[in-house]
Parts: sequence; structure tokens; C-alpha cells
Amino acid sequence: MLEKNYNNRLQFMIDKKHIAIIGGGIAGQEAASVLTGLGYKVTILEKNERMGGMLNKWSKLFPDFSSSQLVLDAVKVATDKNLNVICNADIFSVQKENGRFKLSDNSSLDVYADAVIMSTGYNLFDATLKEEYGYGVFENVITSADFEKVHKSGEKLTTADGKAPRRVAFIHCVGSRDAKTGNTYCSKVCCITGVKQAIEVTQMWPECEVFNFYMDLRLYGSKYDALYLEAQKHHKIQFIRGRLSEVSERQGKELQLKAEDTLQGRPLRMKTDIVVLLIGMEACKQNEDLCRDNALELDENRFFKSKNIYNHRNSSTQSGVFLAGSCICPMSVNESLESARSAAMLVDKSLKVQER
Amino acid sequence: MSQFDFLQPKSRQIEIEQFDDRILTYVLEREQSFLTCISCGGCTATCSAGNLTSFNVRKIGLSLRRGNINDLSDEVQKCMFCGKCTLVCPRDINIRNVVLLIKKGIAQLETEKTL
Repeated sequence: MLEKNYNNRLQFMIDKKHIAIIGGGIAGQEAASVLTGLGYKVTILEKNERMGGMLNKWSKLFPDFSSSQLVLDAVKVATDKNLNVICNADIFSVQKENGRFKLSDNSSLDVYADAVIMSTGYNLFDATLKEEYGYGVFENVITSADFEKVHKSGEKLTTADGKAPRRVAFIHCVGSRDAKTGNTYCSKVCCITGVKQAIEVTQMWPECEVFNFYMDLRLYGSKYDALYLEAQKHHKIQFIRGRLSEVSERQGKELQLKAEDTLQGRPLRMKTDIVVLLIGMEACKQNEDLCRDNALELDENRFFKSKNIYNHRNSSTQSGVFLAGSCICPMSVNESLESARSAAMLVDKSLKVQER
Repeated sequence: MSQFDFLQPKSRQIEIEQFDDRILTYVLEREQSFLTCISCGGCTATCSAGNLTSFNVRKIGLSLRRGNINDLSDEVQKCMFCGKCTLVCPRDINIRNVVLLIKKGIAQLETEKTL
């Protein structure tokens, strides 16, 4: 690994083609493995201190509850003479200069590359923006990411004052499919996350009643519907079709929900000990910076725009810059890895064409 | 035979051809956002009138879209126009205006004596 202050100005050998990957999450690492395997020089630029990205925050994966650590270990790039990993590199500019790309961060680090892969990933929706749900105000309102943190620590989910919850409510579509938050798209993985976490709550507390409030259940992936079936059959999780309008706090920090049970056609009020908000995925804010000095574009949801979404999902609107993982749109872990591998193959193809 | 009407019950089936879309057209011409409703029920959950009466603002929209305009005229009278439904709508529909337009549409049809 190269430290950032090891050399302020890194000029890489150009006798071999060099590919820069922005973002060291699972997509970035998977793409790097494929490319170093093919003999390319690769540099991963990660803005955080450590690699792994958002998956570091997750405990178990849907739909089969395998540990996220297994995936993190599997994608961990092997030490390779052709691979550089630079952490704490917050790239803000990608410019084309004499046929190559110059990537700069704000501490005079410059990296030159023949091709670039964007694997900048996603941000989690800031649940405090949905004020009527009380996140950050009521202690017993948490997000799906907070739940993962508890699960990962090995502790059981408890109310803020340490008691076992008698009832937990999961709220779907928080910051997704909601014009009021500016995100009209579906984040698509939260539904199955909600089903998974609901099961995990009943595993922690078999006596606890669990309710999921949804607008539409979008269990699109392979084996996701089987998990839904399991949630109903073996865990007695109740699914209520209705969007939450608000959460309020009562005495003893107990929460009260208001929704409509749309299938009964009547307003519903419910007391619950904990509310879990299934927060959606948003595009990284840095994407805007990364588009400034080149022909990269963002789509209507602020994710990177593909050249076309069918045949060229991994090609950006700037030739030589490729897209991998959830910087294209919300993706699950396996979709992200598949996307990364196809981006890597596309880089290989495009560089070989250049050579000819 | 009139005592035995129960032997010939009316069909409960929805007859698509008999939909009366006059009020729907009236509303959509003036409030296009109504097109995008997904019946999530957020409006009904927050509704001031709906917590006290059988008023269900989501069902108003549903009746409107299904052309059941006979159900509408009495129902819309229960709305208090507080506008909370509009605040929570994830599709950003101006629901308050939709209810107002239904009232206006009905009034117009009544003056034309076509309702």
C-alpha cells in the first residue's frame, strides 16, 4: 500500500496500461481483481480509511443470512505487484489530458490512467429529513442501518432504556418513491431488507410482535419471495398495506403510529416500542464534482448516467470512463459484483481496441 | 312477484362500460397530479375528518377513478379542507384541490341537470 504522503505526486509507469478505480467498496475491489488478473496495472482510490465501503456496515445478507464478512473477505484484493491501493484519497476531479485521465484529490495527489472505473457507490438516505417519522427526535425510532449495527455487535435490539421490545414496526419506502424527499425512484433492496430484519427481530425476541408497513412489496430477486413466505409462515410477521403518515411519542417513550390499513379501508393507530425506518439509497454527493471536468453526466436520480441502460449499462457518457455497482442505480450485493465484473471486461475490451 | 326481488339480485360485477368518467375528466383537466395516485393511504391516515367519521379520502379518489360518481357527492361533504393529506402524499398530489374539484364538478353537472 502506498501512503498518501509517501509521494505527493504519483506518476505511474505508462508502458503498461493503467486503470484507476474510484471507490474501494465491493464493486471497486471486484473490478480490480478481474483487471489485475488480466495483467493490467490498477490503482484503487478509496476516500475512507479502510476498504470495503458500505458493506462494512452490514451484518447479515439477504436472502440467506450469510455474513457480509464472507463477501468482504472474498473480494479483498490479493497483494499484487500491479495493484496500488490508496486510502484517504477523496478524488474530486477527473480530467482528460493528452489522451489519458488525470485524477486529483484535494491534497495534490495526481493519478494518471488510461481508463477509469467509477465505483463510488451510494449514500444512505438521511432519515431526519422525514421529520414526521421522528428520527433523531424520538430515541426509539431507528433506521435499518442502525439495526445492522446492533446486529453486528452481537447484542439484541432493545428500546432506548434497555428493555425487550414487545412490538416492533418496520416502515418501508423511507426516502424512496417519495416526491416529498426528492427521490421518486425505488431503492429496491429495502423491501427484502425489511423482511430479513423482521425475521432477525423475531429470532432475537421470539415473543415480540413484528409488523411491516408497506406500499408495495417489491421482492424482485431470486429467492426473495421464499424469505417473505418464511416470514409469514414461521415468524408470524404481519404485513400491513399502508403508508405511515406520522410517528408520535407517548409517555414512557412508547411510540404511536398512524397509517391507513388500505385493505380494510380504515385508519389505523398502533402503539409500538421500536420503529425501524427502511431507508433508501441515494447517489453520492461527490458524483457532481466528478462530472465537472469531463463529459460524465448524471441521470434524473443523480446516479451516473449510462450510455444506454441495455447494451451499455457500464459505459458512462465519457468514453474511457466506466461504471460499476451502485453508482449506476441502487443494487444488491450480487448485482453490484456482477456489474463490477462486466465493467472490468468492458475496460479490457476498450483498451485492446485502442491498442490495435 | 315484487316481494321476491331478492331472488333476482343485481350483479355485483363492475361494468367497465358503464363508468361515468365526467367528473374524473373534469378533475384531471384541472389537477393532473391526481393521475399518479398509488393508493398508499397516507392521506387517510393523517385525515382530520377521517379519524372521526367514515370519511376515507383515498376511497374518494378510488371512486373517482372507477367512475362511481353516485358515491361521491355525499362523501366529499365530510372533508374539512385542512390539507394534511396533501402534505403527506408521496406522489405530491394536491389532494385538497382534487376534493375541491370533485365538489365543483358535481355542482356543475347538477346545474346542467345531467347528474
